[in-house]
Amino acid sequence: MLEPITHPAGRSLLFGRLTLDSLPFLKPDLEGHIVLATLVGVLLGGLAILGIVTKKRLWGYLWNEWFTSVDHKKLGIMYMILGTVMLLRGFADAVMMRAQQAVAFGPNMGYLPPEHYDQIFTAHGSIMIFFVAMAYIVGLINYVMPLQIGSRDVAFPFLNNLSFWFTFWGAITFMVSLFVGDFSTAGWLGYPPVSELQQGPGVDYYIWGLQLSGVGTLLSGVNFVVTIIKMRAPGMTMMKMPVFTWTSLCTSGLIIATFPVLTATLLLLSLDRYVGTHFFTSDFGGNVMMYINLIWVWGHPEVYILILPIFGIYSEIVPTFSGKPLFGYSSMVYATCAIMILSYLVWLHHFFTMGSGADVNSFFALTTMIISIPTGVKIFNWLFTMYRGRVHFTVPMLWTMGFLFTFTIGGMTGVMLSVAPADFLLHNSLFLIAHFHNVIIGGVVFGVFAGVNYWFPKAFGFKLDEFWGKASFWFWQIGFWLAFGPLYIMGFMGVTRRLSHFDNPALQPYFIVAGIGAALIALGIGSFVLQIAISILRRKQYAVGGDPWNGRTLEWATSSPPPGYNFAFTPNVHQRDAWMDMKKHGYQRPLEGFNDIHMPSNTAAGVVIGVLSFACCFALVWYIWWLAAASFVGVIVASIVHTFNYHRDYYIPKDEVRTFEHSGNWQPESQGANA
Amino acid sequence: MTVKRLRGLLLLPLVLLSGCHLALLDPSGDIARQQSDIMLVTTGITLLIVVPVLVAIGVIAWRYRASNKQAHYDAHWDHSPSLELLVWAAPLLIIIAVGAITWIGTHQVDPYRPLSRVAPGKPVAADVKPLEVDVVSLRWKWLFFYPQYGIATVNQLAAPVDRPIQFKLTSDEMMDAFSIPELAGMIYTMPGMQTMLHAVINKPGQYQGFSANYSGEGFTDMRFTFDGMSQQDFDSWIAKARASGGTLDLQAYEQLRQPERDVPARAFGSFEPDLFTRILERCIDASQTCMSQTMSGDAMQDMHNDNAAPTDAAKPDGMQAMAKSQAALFVAHGQPADPRASAKH
Repeated sequence: MLEPITHPAGRSLLFGRLTLDSLPFLKPDLEGHIVLATLVGVLLGGLAILGIVTKKRLWGYLWNEWFTSVDHKKLGIMYMILGTVMLLRGFADAVMMRAQQAVAFGPNMGYLPPEHYDQIFTAHGSIMIFFVAMAYIVGLINYVMPLQIGSRDVAFPFLNNLSFWFTFWGAITFMVSLFVGDFSTAGWLGYPPVSELQQGPGVDYYIWGLQLSGVGTLLSGVNFVVTIIKMRAPGMTMMKMPVFTWTSLCTSGLIIATFPVLTATLLLLSLDRYVGTHFFTSDFGGNVMMYINLIWVWGHPEVYILILPIFGIYSEIVPTFSGKPLFGYSSMVYATCAIMILSYLVWLHHFFTMGSGADVNSFFALTTMIISIPTGVKIFNWLFTMYRGRVHFTVPMLWTMGFLFTFTIGGMTGVMLSVAPADFLLHNSLFLIAHFHNVIIGGVVFGVFAGVNYWFPKAFGFKLDEFWGKASFWFWQIGFWLAFGPLYIMGFMGVTRRLSHFDNPALQPYFIVAGIGAALIALGIGSFVLQIAISILRRKQYAVGGDPWNGRTLEWATSSPPPGYNFAFTPNVHQRDAWMDMKKHGYQRPLEGFNDIHMPSNTAAGVVIGVLSFACCFALVWYIWWLAAASFVGVIVASIVHTFNYHRDYYIPKDEVRTFEHSGNWQPESQGANA
Repeated sequence: MTVKRLRGLLLLPLVLLSGCHLALLDPSGDIARQQSDIMLVTTGITLLIVVPVLVAIGVIAWRYRASNKQAHYDAHWDHSPSLELLVWAAPLLIIIAVGAITWIGTHQVDPYRPLSRVAPGKPVAADVKPLEVDVVSLRWKWLFFYPQYGIATVNQLAAPVDRPIQFKLTSDEMMDAFSIPELAGMIYTMPGMQTMLHAVINKPGQYQGFSANYSGEGFTDMRFTFDGMSQQDFDSWIAKARASGGTLDLQAYEQLRQPERDVPARAFGSFEPDLFTRILERCIDASQTCMSQTMSGDAMQDMHNDNAAPTDAAKPDGMQAMAKSQAALFVAHGQPADPRASAKH
């Protein structure tokens, strides 16, 4: 049991349970040295960045143009940067795990003791899902969706800024645990009893980091739904929306329905940890099964929250580079909606082996399999979109091809796992690990890279370098199969997950191959960073106009990058693929007759509330009650003060609009591959 | 027959590749084998659609590449009712087939279902009683009770070949998964709850068992051996265990349940008869109330509260019956509802 929280021994009023012993980098062991080296690196890097920002006098620019911005495009870009930074952190964890498992055989215990290894796989999983995949998804929706529906911004621009800062500070909460205290060892879903029994701040970091980012995600979901329902351009009926917008809508619906479950579940867990309730304990009427059910009631829809918008990205890319409309638009929409509904009905397949009985297991096995029908329909529809097309294998399209191959195989192994009797054998084995990486990397990660390569020219006015894009693509493809192919095979040998040491030396070659795969993926990530750096250096050479790919949807109708107001005149929509339709009918962009444009003002409230929330979470982790109370009151006060802020909008004068419309980066005539 | 052929087909390249035994594809216990068969058959059916799709992705992408001007290009073709019917119907048919097999299979190899056969074509003889093993997962080791033989072992398990085994499982504190891939699919062990597994081993040999659900820092070492042996060997194994002496009583259990890593196998010649039930009902400590007692107490209390209304005549028989049925709900498989009551005898 946890020590009762009221027990003041070893706690100071000022710092709670935070003492010098809580700083792992002061410890003289290997772990201490690793953390110390990381800390020095982070500090040096951070100081270098701060120095550059100060020297170039960028603070005002960053504050005014980015941190306080309510522009959905800038927030989208900030989400993408956050996702990329966290990808590097999550991947570093992956490399450490691969290295440990490649060497820890027989007498060699590896370089990580279990309690450290356990923190690493917990951090890897939770960071990759919450702060990489989710940040990327929310970022892409933020950037693209309002443009696709011809809107000036999202419905609640300030809320959007606040969501970002909640997510950002949630990520910081996770990162701080590296240097102050430790992290949860309870796995990415924080299963009790491990999460109940672990002393120290690790699980609390996990809980409060997720609570913060979870609220941010929930607010984003609300924002997106209202935006899509209320702010579409005239004429864009639901069945004329771009598919990416459709999938964003379904994902946001899922977020609204399920993130409160996550919040409530983590709240119950924190009550168990902080005030000694017994929701998930083994005694006094508590039950761990309840946590596992609750967390997966959120957790399974979460998988579809990630993949649905990605399906939307592919549904934009395939038609664009095949030079024809998406095949079976209505099928695609119905399939998306079907997946959205069905995803609520499958959570138990994560624990068939809990012993619920044959009837319950059969039901959830069948609902799980049924999801593969609409998913299969989607694959067919992308195929038939290419059929009778002119397919240009640009970098976004290459990622899409990689996805089609990889995800189809991942889908098949998913059906294997959904067969309950087979799952009794495969559950928690490395086969399962290979499967979900197969669908998350093959689906979500490939899709994010496809989307970044596809929309980058829109966001910045120049294309990404092709060579390094292709290098990244091939490193990832080969690296993925080398890293996870051996895991599939070892799954069939019955090797289970989360082991930090092995007795059977016959397994070592497999883990070494998997390690080589991870190294190739590292090259893939490196190529991606290089691709962006090189493209920035050659931005003049790679400059493009508003519609570099001969696009079909409204985001390509405006300048690259778009002006703050997106569209000087809200477009009128008559057809699906509205921009293609406008081009066909000889659309001429109006150059006169502009009006003042009403826009939301920037505000510092999001930054302030975000910082205060982080202070509150940090204080709760360390039992610094005065700070928790003060910062919580601060959050409330800042929120109330913000409601009295009446300078929340302004008008862009029509002359300014006119100036931009005459000077912006347009060249609407296609320069793209399809020209 | 088809399963066999499929298995051979799948196994060949993998065995060549690995030099390791792919336990899940060629297990040594009948239940695992049935589960494996179901996996292979359903995978085979799924491949019927997956392979053509993979081929089609390559063929279509190549044929309709932009540089191939011979290929038919139709910039407007985006709809075909017959094709759409096909793309919904084809996966649907596959899933109907896979789903039907899954439904039947899930019931057939339900871990709670007593075995009806020990191997294909070998039904369980009417006079054979299954070997009973009560399993407790501890931090981080496995405790096995053999109530029919009066011995208990730690981290070693044995069973005669071709004799059905009935496992009843619970956990001391953590949530674990009892897993012997060669024998049968895994089942969770959870504190305060009992799960069951019926299985049989068909080939003599030593197999690996472990926990397949992460339970903290000692999880990696939470392994045990499972020996499938002939009846004579099993009898002498039991005799040896019994001769090793030592009694697993409450004090010894209190020692045993302390968290430990990498625990060597050991045996106890005897054990306190109600120990498993008390672990299950979470009343090892004399100060704790057993769960079935709490439940029957609650039921009585509810009855009392209901009876506060004057129209309800007190029915002591009904009260007892209800308390009994609640307790029975909890201990589903015929243990005494209150172990300490029986221990007094």
